[in-house]
Amino acid sequence: MSDGPAVEARGLARRFGGDAALQEVSFDVAPGELYGIIGPDGAGKTTLFRILVTLLLPDAGTARVLGRDVVKELWNLRTRIGYMPGRFSLYPDLSVAENLAFFAALFDTTIAEARETIAPIWVQLEQFAGRRAGALSGGMKQKLALCCALVHRPEILFLDEPTTGVDAVSRREFWDLLARLRDEGLPIVVSTPYMDEAIRCDRVSLMQAGRFLVTDRPAEIGRGYPRPLFAVRGSNILGLLGALRGFPHAAAVWPFGEALHYTDARRDAAPDLIARELAAHVEAAGLTGVAMAPIAASIEDAFMWYMAQEPAA
Amino acid sequence: MSGHAIDARALTRRFGSFTAVDAITFQVEPGEVFGFLGANGAGKTTAIRMLIGVLQPTSGSATVAGYDIRTQAEQVRRRIGYMSQKFSLYEDLTVQENITLYGGIYGVSDRDIVTRTGDILTRIGLEHAGGELVREIPLGWKQQLALCVALLHRPAVVFLDEPTSGVDPITRRRFWELIYETGAEGTSVLITTHYLDEAEYCRRISIMVDGAIAAMGTPAEVRRAVGADTLDEVFLKLTRPGTAA
Repeated sequence: MSDGPAVEARGLARRFGGDAALQEVSFDVAPGELYGIIGPDGAGKTTLFRILVTLLLPDAGTARVLGRDVVKELWNLRTRIGYMPGRFSLYPDLSVAENLAFFAALFDTTIAEARETIAPIWVQLEQFAGRRAGALSGGMKQKLALCCALVHRPEILFLDEPTTGVDAVSRREFWDLLARLRDEGLPIVVSTPYMDEAIRCDRVSLMQAGRFLVTDRPAEIGRGYPRPLFAVRGSNILGLLGALRGFPHAAAVWPFGEALHYTDARRDAAPDLIARELAAHVEAAGLTGVAMAPIAASIEDAFMWYMAQEPAA
Repeated sequence: MSGHAIDARALTRRFGSFTAVDAITFQVEPGEVFGFLGANGAGKTTAIRMLIGVLQPTSGSATVAGYDIRTQAEQVRRRIGYMSQKFSLYEDLTVQENITLYGGIYGVSDRDIVTRTGDILTRIGLEHAGGELVREIPLGWKQQLALCVALLHRPAVVFLDEPTSGVDPITRRRFWELIYETGAEGTSVLITTHYLDEAEYCRRISIMVDGAIAAMGTPAEVRRAVGADTLDEVFLKLTRPGTAA
């Protein structure tokens, strides 16, 4: 493998009819990096992935994967890339073992040759080897798809929403597998609509409406939140939501699990001052038993902030 | 007849030798937002299919909006709304046509369809989009519209099966504000989700494991009962007892 970036994308753009699915996207993935692209349905994640895995031509811009141009050197690239599309694309009527053997054969290899690469996943799948793929649980289906994407021992992995619709525990197990593969030196580009998964990546880009909103290490994205942020708790959440939104300095107020997250519009106001003013405001609105505390922003706070700064899609 | 919006007693469904839903008992009150949680394959969808009157239970019983799901399935279906991520609206019809179609199916009068259409479009900020094809509007609006359409006939209970999957975080929260309003207006909401932060928005939740309800209560009660700080941890402890961190 070369020492250059695993992925080098410059100004990628793609339209479908009148819709700009992808607009001026540029980024690098370092060798051995686990890189996350975080965004909702329709953000452009799949269009980006399809260009990077040589299945779709960009209208503008260039991309190199493993140092090879995705347009001019596609045949050289295809055998080196592992790709797991967002839609389950294995054969539901074939067994787990048959699916794996089929994908191995397509790439002119065998399961035996891939044994070491797929070992950490295969130990979890082996007990279902004879089961039809269509009869697997959601989490196991995704593990089989990952196994099939790895069977030809690719030099980079592209996983498009591998955990969508999968329950929280299976998602965690899937990310544990990705961490192991990354630790073995395999660069991985993965997309997800779940903001909480960003924390498992080395670096992430938040994506919305065909653009990257921000790119950084996950911890830095929260740290870069540009306004004072508070968690506010109380028994009457709906009443509290209305009261906080009516506060003259409110920039954003959203439900966040058991609390509300309140962003103050005043960049440099002291937290003590904001807390005092807010307390007086909600009390005047007749709400009692309200607790509030300044907090660090999560990825999801940041996503919503940057999303609201963009012109509406 | 009980005053519960949903009253399930030892509700059970087997497929051959496999017990998909294993004697679940729970109640949902009028206007309550109830989170129906569980891992993939835990039996949530089978339970919902029985409660909406499209699948007969093997044993046990349930009433929904006061009607027996076994013997009064037709009345049950008239008094409920249903929405899932997979099936919601007709993409080739306009926003207005979808509302009119569903209103007609559920027996809403023409006059009520007209007034409620105005209410719905204002509520979700789509006043100017009545004539647009549903496939042309963004996913986030589509999901909010689908919820409003499921509520068009003012059902007693609405079943929402992963309504927010893949939706952006702002739209996800707008959607939940609609759910709160729905509950406040007296319609009960039974909702499934894989976003555990959303489970905190529910008044009570149940967590299904292998067909049975393994925990039930307010989110705080469930956390306390299982001895976990977050619902994420609760989930891990209940569904993978051997591997709890």
